[in-house]
Amino acid sequence: MGKREILKSDKEYDRLVKEASPNSPLFKNCLRAFVSGGFIRCIGQLLMNIFSSYGIVAESRNMLVSVILIGLASFLTGLGWYSKIGKFCGAGSIVPITGFSNSVTAPAIEFKKEGFILGLGAKIFTVAGPVILYGALTSIVVGIIYYFVR
Amino acid sequence: MAEKTGLYSVKFKNLVNIKAVSSVVGTKEGEGPLKDCFDILVNDNLYGEKTWEKAEARFVKKSITEVIKKASLKDREIDYILAGDLQNQAAASCYGIKTFERPFFGLYGACSTFGESLSLGAALIDGCWGQNIVCEASSHFCAAEKQFRFPLEFGNQRPQTSTWTVTGAGAAVLSKAESPVVITGITTEKIVDLGITDANNMGAAMAPAAADIILNHFKDFGSQPEDYDKIFTGDLGSVGRELLIKLLKEKGYDISQNHLDCGMLIYDGKKQDTHAGGSGCACSAAVFSMIFKKLLESKYKKILFIPTGALMSPTSVMQGENIMGICHLLRIERRA
Repeated sequence: MGKREILKSDKEYDRLVKEASPNSPLFKNCLRAFVSGGFIRCIGQLLMNIFSSYGIVAESRNMLVSVILIGLASFLTGLGWYSKIGKFCGAGSIVPITGFSNSVTAPAIEFKKEGFILGLGAKIFTVAGPVILYGALTSIVVGIIYYFVR
Repeated sequence: MAEKTGLYSVKFKNLVNIKAVSSVVGTKEGEGPLKDCFDILVNDNLYGEKTWEKAEARFVKKSITEVIKKASLKDREIDYILAGDLQNQAAASCYGIKTFERPFFGLYGACSTFGESLSLGAALIDGCWGQNIVCEASSHFCAAEKQFRFPLEFGNQRPQTSTWTVTGAGAAVLSKAESPVVITGITTEKIVDLGITDANNMGAAMAPAAADIILNHFKDFGSQPEDYDKIFTGDLGSVGRELLIKLLKEKGYDISQNHLDCGMLIYDGKKQDTHAGGSGCACSAAVFSMIFKKLLESKYKKILFIPTGALMSPTSVMQGENIMGICHLLRIERRA
């Protein structure tokens, strides 16, 4: 098939492809991720300080900050801004809790057109689902280890 | 009647005339370097509809309405419509052509669909199946992202090798009635698989098929690169083009001077941030408007038009199967 005429083994061709394919700008991406990710965390810390100045206890404080960041990211996703932020920040805006919020809101918006049950309802966790599943699994494993090592 | 030549090609004995060509494109394409070559620019990717899928169907309908108008024909004078797109079950084409009430062949050749459509349309005209045949193909960035990649608003980064699916549709009327631009032959490629599994590097998956079809064409027609003013591939992008040139050089053919890729023409890669270039059925279908115009103006005398396609499904990619290449080559000439 095909190969005889263009005389390439998959391996040979793979080498050619690697030569021809430009890599993502690793250093630039890392720097942007570091700065933007740090920035989002600074916002979180700022909120934390504000709440503590109002004398809110640590437990509620943590929850409030998470809820606000999640809500904000979801709102920005709805406005169509978060995908632009994500394009610039890369891992910087995917890894924080705001990225998680985006990964749930984006499919919700996209699949709403297929209805609230089989569209939005069934597809809302298409991106975040694996994180939830394996996150929960990992916490069980860590919990068991902790139980014995403690 | 057509005459089979070599293993992969057919020469047409009867004139297969390209009577008219139309293109309807979306916002990003309308801001690109070819904006003046398209018939209709739609500055709303939803095209007044509620979903991306319906919007694409409307692109289909508009491009066919426009091409029938440009050919000065009535709907009932169209003998067949050949159309395809990237949506599951070629839905955009089916919904888009419904109201024309003409006999319909639905096609799938991934991003090479416009070439497949023109090839089969040419065969139908040559075989006297009808007087006028509409060949059409479409794609929509948002519908394609939704189906093949991530939800649109998901904030990720795209790799440098990835391409941008063109939003729009292109159509042509092939006719028995004489026109200055004719299809004189076709070469149809087999499926070529060199083990590419990266769905973000379609150019690499398609380049071997493009190289092979060009070789087969030269062999079957006894021609060489210098015989053509231009050789247009569909949507190889910058990565695929580099590979194509390399593969052919190893075989002793240098097409670097007269090769152009529709995917590299339709966007300004740097300004429009499209990475390796444009892709999708509508990429070659829309750019064909520009090619046809230049043929009419006698700026080109003889060209090769080669829409390229990457064959796979979201399921096959997830199961780790290879992405295969396919191509449809058309030899198009300006009559003296």
